[in-house]
Amino acid sequence: MSENKEKDRKIKIGVFICHCGSNIGGLIDCKKITEYAGKLPNVIHSEDNLYTCSETGLSCIKNAIKEYDLNRVVVASCTPRTHEPLFRECISEAGLNQYLFNFVNIRDQCSWVHMKDPEGAYDKAMDLVKMGVAKAAKLEPLDCIKVNINPTALVIGGGVAGMSAALNLSNQGFKTYLVEKEDKLGGRLNSLYKLFPYSIKASEFIENFIKKIKNNRNLNVLTSSKIKNVDGFVGNFKVEIEQNGNVQKIEIGTIIVAVGSSLLNPKGLFGYDGIKRITQYELETLLIKEKVTKKNVVMIQCVGSRNEKRLYCSSVCCMTALKNALIIKEQNPNVNITILFRDIYTPGTEYEEYYDRARKEGIIFIKYDVERIPTIEENQVVVFNEYINKEVLIPYDLLVLSTPLVANEDNKELAQMLKVPTEANNFFLEAHVKLRPSDFATDGIFIGGSAKWPVDISEAITQGYSAAARASTILSHATIEVEGATSNLPEYNKSLCSGCEICIKICPYNAIRKNKDDEIEIIEALCKGCGLCGATCTRNAIVIRHFTDEQIISEILAFGG
Amino acid sequence: MSFEPKLLGFLCNWCSYAGADLAGVSRIQYPPNMRVIRVMCSGRVDPKFIIKALELGIDGVYVMGCHIGDCHYLEGNYEAVKKFDMTKKFLKIIGLDDRIRLDWVSASEGQRFGELVSKFVEDIRALGPSPLSGEKPNQDLLNKLKAIQMSVSNNRIRALVGRQRVITEQENVYGEKYPEDKFNNLFDQAIKDEYERHRILISLKMDSKSVKDLAKELNIDPSIVLEHILSLKGRNQVDFGEIIKNTPMFITL
Repeated sequence: MSENKEKDRKIKIGVFICHCGSNIGGLIDCKKITEYAGKLPNVIHSEDNLYTCSETGLSCIKNAIKEYDLNRVVVASCTPRTHEPLFRECISEAGLNQYLFNFVNIRDQCSWVHMKDPEGAYDKAMDLVKMGVAKAAKLEPLDCIKVNINPTALVIGGGVAGMSAALNLSNQGFKTYLVEKEDKLGGRLNSLYKLFPYSIKASEFIENFIKKIKNNRNLNVLTSSKIKNVDGFVGNFKVEIEQNGNVQKIEIGTIIVAVGSSLLNPKGLFGYDGIKRITQYELETLLIKEKVTKKNVVMIQCVGSRNEKRLYCSSVCCMTALKNALIIKEQNPNVNITILFRDIYTPGTEYEEYYDRARKEGIIFIKYDVERIPTIEENQVVVFNEYINKEVLIPYDLLVLSTPLVANEDNKELAQMLKVPTEANNFFLEAHVKLRPSDFATDGIFIGGSAKWPVDISEAITQGYSAAARASTILSHATIEVEGATSNLPEYNKSLCSGCEICIKICPYNAIRKNKDDEIEIIEALCKGCGLCGATCTRNAIVIRHFTDEQIISEILAFGG
Repeated sequence: MSFEPKLLGFLCNWCSYAGADLAGVSRIQYPPNMRVIRVMCSGRVDPKFIIKALELGIDGVYVMGCHIGDCHYLEGNYEAVKKFDMTKKFLKIIGLDDRIRLDWVSASEGQRFGELVSKFVEDIRALGPSPLSGEKPNQDLLNKLKAIQMSVSNNRIRALVGRQRVITEQENVYGEKYPEDKFNNLFDQAIKDEYERHRILISLKMDSKSVKDLAKELNIDPSIVLEHILSLKGRNQVDFGEIIKNTPMFITL
């Protein structure tokens, strides 16, 4: 193809400076930057656009590629994190390899952060454009890697998120495995009484799910099963599953992680004893069996969460407390219920309605401060009420602690097998909280439900569907293309390699191995392009495509030289 | 006019670059002294990039990555620390170590990004311009930095850095772990040795010299110079030249 001849051709760069309305143009003189860019080495054409990302802007790029026979394109604008895919697509529609595009960030990291220093911002923008042009001159066309897809799915975790995902995929016609480590499906739902909103019984809700699962011929459920090993890459994973001591190997195309979360061990918190002072989850088990016949119930919110050790909000506890308080009131209107809270979180009209109802039913809410937490005595709670600036004594014969959901202890183990990251609290970490909320950085692996963060039932279902939808974008293709900016040991560098094997050990994705001829081989479909191997290679033999030593040094030289 | 530091930042795509973008979206204001090079992972920052920037007279280099435990590539930032520490150890020898810095910025820490950059600008401004900047860079220092540039590309140093975590954090086949402090002693000695050896190589490139000449010029004990010469000869990097008045002169190969 013509792309292969790219190297032999004279480098012709086109630079497009975006005003972004007044976001950039309001502070930086884009006309002058354009003029400056036009004089930089290898630049054949430069122009400024009001919005380079608009239809008009994009056709300016396409026209210039034709008119000036450009073979590299630089856009100086917002940020590559949102707009690089758009411009890559644009130049590839005009016949250029998408990797011959380079982005210069002069909005998010320039005009928006130096508003009081237009001169400084202008100088910085000039340097950044110069550096971007220098890198562009060194860019090389890359091919995306094609991989075949096995249209079979694996869902890990048989809770509500996992069941939703598995049902969705199998209903689309994909053969699906649903693996659950307990001996039955349902996860956390098995220990709950009624669910908010609408007070449906958890047991009926699961039965409904299980009926649908049993009737589905595409769905293969493995309970009491554990993932033992994961190998391979998107479209071609090989997974070992242990069930009652027997290991079976399955081959699948995508994986959804829906392992949910665990309960916090409440030992030592607010006099917890499991009898008179219990957690919300123990209260649920109690409610399944019998009516609560107490006189005075006190609930304490944010027990063990939103503190220094666990910064996060567990998100389901406010609603759980409100729901359980209302259930107790319904059973026995004479019981006194007090909820000690720090903030009440009831988003949306349905949840807010619970809070309204709770107040109308006479449930008392007292706000406490994290600096002055309630103290627990044998039969009463002492809490400082900041509204009346006094300590209040509240008698109880049942104290209920709203403890958070925490990450499963075996998350790390699974994360290592899948080569996906976990965050500081040991929950699984998605590729990007806004741009790719259901994906992992590793291709072909997706996430949904409380594995990522504590979520309630409706959110777990939504996320289960979302992960299934993302997985089906892969499963529905016979082949897909994956990122071409990988690491590479080029033929001309092979003689440099000393065979020290440090790269093999350092690769987070096991993408490097020795082949039959005892040579280092990089499995490109596994490589994520992090560049660790290249920066570590003792002989500087490995090349990190799209972020080569040469490209990065050309940027440094453009700035410092 | 007060001195405006010229700074370069290497930002990882997933956390710190995103944090820098968030600073923009939140309109957090900080001084415009730092130019950014985006890399996919802080672990991609090869020490030679940092040294190159300093050679060119850039006043300070910042490396930023995801917080430990939050790396998009699992453990890339652990490797970034090892590479950065090695670079810093070399730069300490010539007193440029205060001009480089490593920090973690998450995608949600726009405010923190702005504060860290502001602080770096302030600190480097207090430190003054790099002795390698301007019309007349300090030639002696530049030669020393060149020796460091060669050292960080040297396979012995790179192998030690690359294996550091395996050696000190994992057990070998006999169930033994190499203690961290013992490794550090060995590593510090290797850094000192490679720095001196590359200074010798640079010096010999200009002119053939005797052990005594080298010892005087580089202010290194003659017995140590001799040891270095023997190692370099073993690596086929130097050899005997002519012999003047019973004293062998050495040349580079």
